Amino acid sequence: MRIELVRRPQHSALFSALSPFIALLLTLIAGAILFSILGKNPFAALYSYFIEPLTEIWSIHELLIKAAPLILIAVGLSVCFLSNNWNIGAEGQFIAGGIAGSILPIVFPDFQGWYVLPIMLLLGMAGGAAYATIPALLKVRFNTNEILTSLMLVYVAQLFLDWLVRGPWRNPQGYNFPETIQFNASAILPEIWTESGRAHWGFILALIAALAVWFTLSRTLSGFEIKVFGRSARAGRFAGFSAGRLTFFAFLISGALAGLAGIAEVSGAVGQLRTSISPGYGFTAIIVAFLGRLNPLGIVAAGLVLALTYLGGEAAQISLGISEKSARIFQGIMLFFILASDTLIYYRIRIVSRLGDTAAKGA
Amino acid sequence: MTTTTIKDGSENPLLEADKLTKIFGTLKACDAIDLTIGKGEIHALLGENGAGKSTLVKMLFGALQPTSGGISWKGEPVTVSSPAVGRSLGIGMVFQHFSLFDALTAAENIALSLDEKAPLDSIAERAREIGQTYGLPVDPDALVGDLSVGERQRIEIIRCLLQNPDLIILDEPTSVLTPQEADLLFLTLERLRSEGKSILYISHRLEEVRRLCDRATVLRHGKVVSHCDPRGETASSLARMMVGSDIHVIERPSVEKLANKPTPLLQINGLSQKPRGPFSVALHNINLVVNSGEVLGIAGVAGNGQGELFDAISGEVRQEQAGKVTIRSTDASLLGISARRKLGAAFVPEERLGHGAVPDMALTQNLLLSRHSTDKKVFVSGGLLKLVAQSSLATAAKRIISRMDVRKSADNPDASALSGGNLQKFLIGRELDRAPSVLVVNQPTWGVDAGAAALIRQALVNLARSGSAVVVISQDLDELFEISDMMAAMVHGRLSQSVPIEAMNMERAGLMMGGADASSGPIHVGAA
Repeated sequence: MRIELVRRPQHSALFSALSPFIALLLTLIAGAILFSILGKNPFAALYSYFIEPLTEIWSIHELLIKAAPLILIAVGLSVCFLSNNWNIGAEGQFIAGGIAGSILPIVFPDFQGWYVLPIMLLLGMAGGAAYATIPALLKVRFNTNEILTSLMLVYVAQLFLDWLVRGPWRNPQGYNFPETIQFNASAILPEIWTESGRAHWGFILALIAALAVWFTLSRTLSGFEIKVFGRSARAGRFAGFSAGRLTFFAFLISGALAGLAGIAEVSGAVGQLRTSISPGYGFTAIIVAFLGRLNPLGIVAAGLVLALTYLGGEAAQISLGISEKSARIFQGIMLFFILASDTLIYYRIRIVSRLGDTAAKGA
Repeated sequence: MTTTTIKDGSENPLLEADKLTKIFGTLKACDAIDLTIGKGEIHALLGENGAGKSTLVKMLFGALQPTSGGISWKGEPVTVSSPAVGRSLGIGMVFQHFSLFDALTAAENIALSLDEKAPLDSIAERAREIGQTYGLPVDPDALVGDLSVGERQRIEIIRCLLQNPDLIILDEPTSVLTPQEADLLFLTLERLRSEGKSILYISHRLEEVRRLCDRATVLRHGKVVSHCDPRGETASSLARMMVGSDIHVIERPSVEKLANKPTPLLQINGLSQKPRGPFSVALHNINLVVNSGEVLGIAGVAGNGQGELFDAISGEVRQEQAGKVTIRSTDASLLGISARRKLGAAFVPEERLGHGAVPDMALTQNLLLSRHSTDKKVFVSGGLLKLVAQSSLATAAKRIISRMDVRKSADNPDASALSGGNLQKFLIGRELDRAPSVLVVNQPTWGVDAGAAALIRQALVNLARSGSAVVVISQDLDELFEISDMMAAMVHGRLSQSVPIEAMNMERAGLMMGGADASSGPIHVGAA
């Protein structure tokens, strides 16, 4: 007996909609198996991972804090991925945005006022966009593979941040911890509902970005251009669109949004620059983008789901004594199942028992 | 002709198909097909695209299993469960699209396909022998990548003959050959027939079927329409059997009747271009002029630079110097495709899905693909926001669909959901809807059924007669003779001089396609 994948004559709308849910279900089953192997009660473990964080208000605030950068970055990545530009370096652009946006409160701490925050956010976007220009330029000019260059630049950004906060930007009164000074009040992104929890305006920015990109993709000529290039570069050239210009556009948008996520995180959630400003948001956002089917509105939902894995990891560490790194395992399993389930959109499964004796199963 | 006796296959059948049926989902691709192939006959299988020819042949060869019905081979019922079983019975197949590795030699390619293990030297020796016996000269040590299409086909045929088959199936073998190369192939086939081998010959070229084949089976919509003797039929009676109705004859009013004086609308002067990749052809000193009211047909065997010429005229690949391509008296050499469209030019590329259209986008979106810059005022609104005006697109799509008689199953289907002919009607209609001054089309009716092809050809002639210049690049000589006013041919990236259609015939076209300078002096036919 063997299992065959048979190409569908047309892609299946049903599985296109079901695929993220199949992936979620399979992830939960795989997680339950993992917990059983570790000797934990799988139901209790899944409860504390995925349900418990949603039972308290402060915890929902934490969810929004974690979801904001994921959504911002993933929305930008959707523009890249839809146009066949494989930007894997959002983590680096996130850090570049965090650094560029922090110039004002760290280097000029006396420069204060209402205008500081908008300038910081713009600088953050500019920093992320500038950093994303490097792989775009290399791709357009030298035909370099953007997957490799954008990924390698992540490590450059991480080490640069490390050097900054241990070296020139280290807080002189900070007992040699690798941290900068605390931002002054006018450089802090305010909280949305101060009375109930810490969630800051980053989440609102993420919603605005998602709506704006959704509108661009679905209603405008630029969105059309992006989708045409993603599906057929040859047809894009026939249409008179420029592949190079689009590559720059996609990298600039995703770099700017990742940079915005970076400065929003630094200014809203952390309040200073540290070596550890990101628990891998830039990479997790890739999963968010695909779980949201590269649709900005779907990405909002997917961002909340993935944010839950971070919270669940922390909760599981406390209540079950499992390393919070288990969140990474969940994220990895989820990406695997998303990509696997997407196969069903274009293929159906056929089980062949013997040569010439075929039994079709309409999966 | 070496054989003139008409054999009746039923006296000495090699292969008999009895009510062969193949059902895909709800589609009956083959419906109770009876077919008898006699020993030592060339049997033609005729039919339009989608008539079921390929499905039938795949069942005979073992690549598909019939839903019902049976096959007898030399009088014994057999189950051809795989191509390997087919080969061991003695059924060989030469495909239309060759399956050869460019980076290997001819002999290595042949060795790969043999079921037995034999040293390369002996395979090369046998290939050379077979080549000499059957008039298929090929150097077994030559790299396939360096060989012409005709030579590659010879390798495929030698590869097939090495298996010593009793039945050879040839799928559209002359579609890639010049008329002279085709003549050589016919000699080989006649020689095989005289040795008692049988050939199943799939083609839609009716003249060559009449010339070569002893019997013919005509398919339409998966059913046998007729078993006949093609020599007793005319090309038009065969065509009528294939299509089921009379073929529309293209009306071609003479150019002289036009009111306005012809003016050159498209000019190319000394265009040369280096190859852009390992599989691309260089263009050498291309010159052409197309006047208003005129159809220029460019003949040529595939892969001689037609695609590169199309890209160069359309502006998908811009010229490096000014003064090479002129559209309506404006130098367009340095302009991109959108700017050339704005000068009044329109383009329909060879590849429909993935070049002329995005397969998984709706027709309205595919309309926007080539019209967003020329019809910005209609299809794009909202100023700087550049909103796509979906309702105007829907209106325009509806207009094109009714004008070109595009048949579709849904209201606004994806391009890939349309049949080849209907999608091509839409893509040509998309450009005609703009009433362009210059239209360049590459292979307008490739893989298109006869009804749609006639409609498209008539539309191209009508556009020219309305005062536009039309360039048709095609491998189909019959088509070019039907619609062209001037004709030229491409070979190895060079374009011959344009010759008025009145001075052309098949033989001259063949010589031009083979690289002989058709413009100089009387034509001498070389020994074929």
